[in-house]
Amino acid sequence: MKTDTSPEPKVAFPPSRPDSPWRQVLAFLLEYNLVVIFLVIFVALAFSVRYFFTVQNMLGLALSVSQIGMVACTMMFCLASRDFDLSVGSIVAFTGVLSAMVINFTDNLWAGVAAALLCGAIIGLVNGVIIAYLRINALITTLATMEMVRGLAFIASHGQAVGVSNADFIYFAGSSFLGMSMPIWMTLACFIVFGFLLNSTVYGRNTLAIGGNPEAARLAGIHVERMRVVIFLVQGVIAGLAGVILASRITSGQPNSAQGFELNVISACVLGGVSLKGGSATISGVIVGVFILGTAENVMNLLNIDAFYQYLVRGAILLAAVVVDQQRTRGE
Amino acid sequence: MLHLNEISKRFPGVRALDRVTFLAEPGSVHALIGENGAGKSTLLKILGGIYQPDSGSLIVDGAERQFVSAGSSIAAGIAIIHQELHYIPNLTIAENLLLGHLPHHYGYFRRRDAIRTAEGHLRRMGVELNPRAKLKTLSIAERQMVEICKALIREAHIIALDEPTSSLSHHETEILFRLVKNLRSQGKILIYVSHRLDEIFELCDACTVLRDGHTVATHQTLTGISRAQLVEEMVGRKIDDIYNYRPRSLGSTRLEVTGVTGKQVTTPATFSVRAGEVVGFFGLVGSGRSELMHLIFGAARARSGLVKIDGQPIRARHPIDTIRRGIAFCPEDRKESGIIPIRSVTENINLTARQRAGLRGFFIDFSREFGVADRFIQRLGIKTPNRRQKIRFLSGGNQQKVILARWLNLADVRVVIMDEPTRGIDVGAKHEIYNLIFELAERGCAVVVVSSELPELIGIADRMLVMRDGAITAEIAREDFSEHLALSLALPDEQAA
Repeated sequence: MKTDTSPEPKVAFPPSRPDSPWRQVLAFLLEYNLVVIFLVIFVALAFSVRYFFTVQNMLGLALSVSQIGMVACTMMFCLASRDFDLSVGSIVAFTGVLSAMVINFTDNLWAGVAAALLCGAIIGLVNGVIIAYLRINALITTLATMEMVRGLAFIASHGQAVGVSNADFIYFAGSSFLGMSMPIWMTLACFIVFGFLLNSTVYGRNTLAIGGNPEAARLAGIHVERMRVVIFLVQGVIAGLAGVILASRITSGQPNSAQGFELNVISACVLGGVSLKGGSATISGVIVGVFILGTAENVMNLLNIDAFYQYLVRGAILLAAVVVDQQRTRGE
Repeated sequence: MLHLNEISKRFPGVRALDRVTFLAEPGSVHALIGENGAGKSTLLKILGGIYQPDSGSLIVDGAERQFVSAGSSIAAGIAIIHQELHYIPNLTIAENLLLGHLPHHYGYFRRRDAIRTAEGHLRRMGVELNPRAKLKTLSIAERQMVEICKALIREAHIIALDEPTSSLSHHETEILFRLVKNLRSQGKILIYVSHRLDEIFELCDACTVLRDGHTVATHQTLTGISRAQLVEEMVGRKIDDIYNYRPRSLGSTRLEVTGVTGKQVTTPATFSVRAGEVVGFFGLVGSGRSELMHLIFGAARARSGLVKIDGQPIRARHPIDTIRRGIAFCPEDRKESGIIPIRSVTENINLTARQRAGLRGFFIDFSREFGVADRFIQRLGIKTPNRRQKIRFLSGGNQQKVILARWLNLADVRVVIMDEPTRGIDVGAKHEIYNLIFELAERGCAVVVVSSELPELIGIADRMLVMRDGAITAEIAREDFSEHLALSLALPDEQAA
């Protein structure tokens, strides 16, 4: 290829001079500003809020965000592929009820877990097939399944909490390993697994490609429909897992649990810089997003702030984060 | 009078306009021509206040003006009718025309007044349209007229039309021409951007030619100017140079298409391409040429027909099936369906290759991908600061090279289909892409190039197939190539005259 015959003016990019340390720090701050901002706030809180930076409180904080954290991992994939899923909260509630009922019936923990995961998978599959193959808007589809699955939870439980006395079940979320309880370990595992999936596998990169330009992805030989179904299916499975863990933590399947859960999960993702336009997401961002939400709630509890104000603060944080992000990425 | 004096504009890495001078008189239609990337649209954007020139002056009716925004240009009586029109499909003509100052009585919309006002405007313009009709029910030509009418309501006296006929039928073009001539007789300054030379000779009084950001020539009158002269001024050299046609020996039949039909391709399409052959497809917009390529590639569902590669039939239900069998496809609209804009050059190059190889294809071999990216950036001369750059920051030509690299990266590509491979690409990059096309053919690929630029097909194709109204209507051998022949075969019958 002879490029020197080109009449086009040679493009002169500024030579990449070795950056000064300060410049590197600045670039790092801009790139990871969310992580840095969070760390700064975290350190500030550790010094200013009593009992905040104690082992016990940290574990409590981690436990409180464990379900949101797990589902945020799969929601990240969903948003990154330019989709949306409102049904996760209902899936959490329904699979909690379902697993409690199955465990009461069989007296076997794993039967309950299997039922919850399978049920989550089926709901996710239905979502995915309707959205990908029937081409119905994801917002509407999952709004509908959100209502329906919540309905199923109430129908199955007759509107009552389903108590469980099975010892294995209570031990499931109550057990701990190396001082951290099981749900935290599972959330950690989700962060690692889904972070790896996003960054290092064809599955993850295809997800970003689909979100970046679905038509181009299709013409490049990506099976877009199948990918979207898989994304929703995995989301359903993880929501099902979160449902069992939540039920185990509260030792009963409650049909009205996890109200507004889906919005918290989406908030966490958006806080973590996942673009609603699809195509960009980072696991570090999502982790930070999850912890920002959890920390805000935790600190307000420690400071004895009325729970009603927590809604106000959560919304304000979300708004502030997206405004800042918008300013940062403007003109890109 | 409109006088753009020594306008210069630089973008990072490119001098888009270099001391361009442009003079247009009232009561005349002034053509602005040049190849893609010559600077026509930049000049229009400066006139429209979207870009500000780095130097030079803009003189309207003897007074120097500076347009800091689109609003200030509009206020100065300038209207630019872009290729993509901006309108609200679900509102009526009257509402679209008066948008922003709808007649109302304490907020209550006075529909009857709006319709009466709109009717008046339309009549004065000499256009017969029902102001109650919704925009979405109109043809593209009619929507364009509404747009022009909107400009006249704002009392524009300088009206620039950017490739207005690119998606108009012959009949609609005539209506538009009548309107333009009408406006000329009213003493407006009209600027007409087009690359269709026939239209220029039919409609325009004067002509300015741009090339690579320079004013190459200004003709105050077009009488006595030949078509060949304008072409030479636009291209700046003998046309054959940029194509650099290389004859090849042809192999056996690679791609065989038999009786394929789809939504637009109504007559079964049958053709074949031999190994090493470059076949050009020519046809007007809507003739079914793009759809036929989608059908072959499996990106659209064929109603009937059979596609064979090296004698083996393919059941194409999804592009995956055809890619696996060695078909590569560069889509017509790079931005909409070619690139993943916010991902890096590396990812865009490796997108297809990484889909293959079964279970092992689950994990990504990053060091291999980086190597591939660097190799293609160097080999194809892709101008990018590094492989991590998001592809949307690259120029059109370089984006196209990335898409080509995506396919060149596959070892066993046997058929390459390119739909408008050089649209919106500057001359230099075009030349490089033609070279790549020949390289692919020399490697033994069957190459299909769809283009609406006849000179391009005449320059590179071994054989040309013409499509019209959803059917392949003619085949022209290289020795019989002529613009006149191809065009007359592509135009629908009633227009051929």
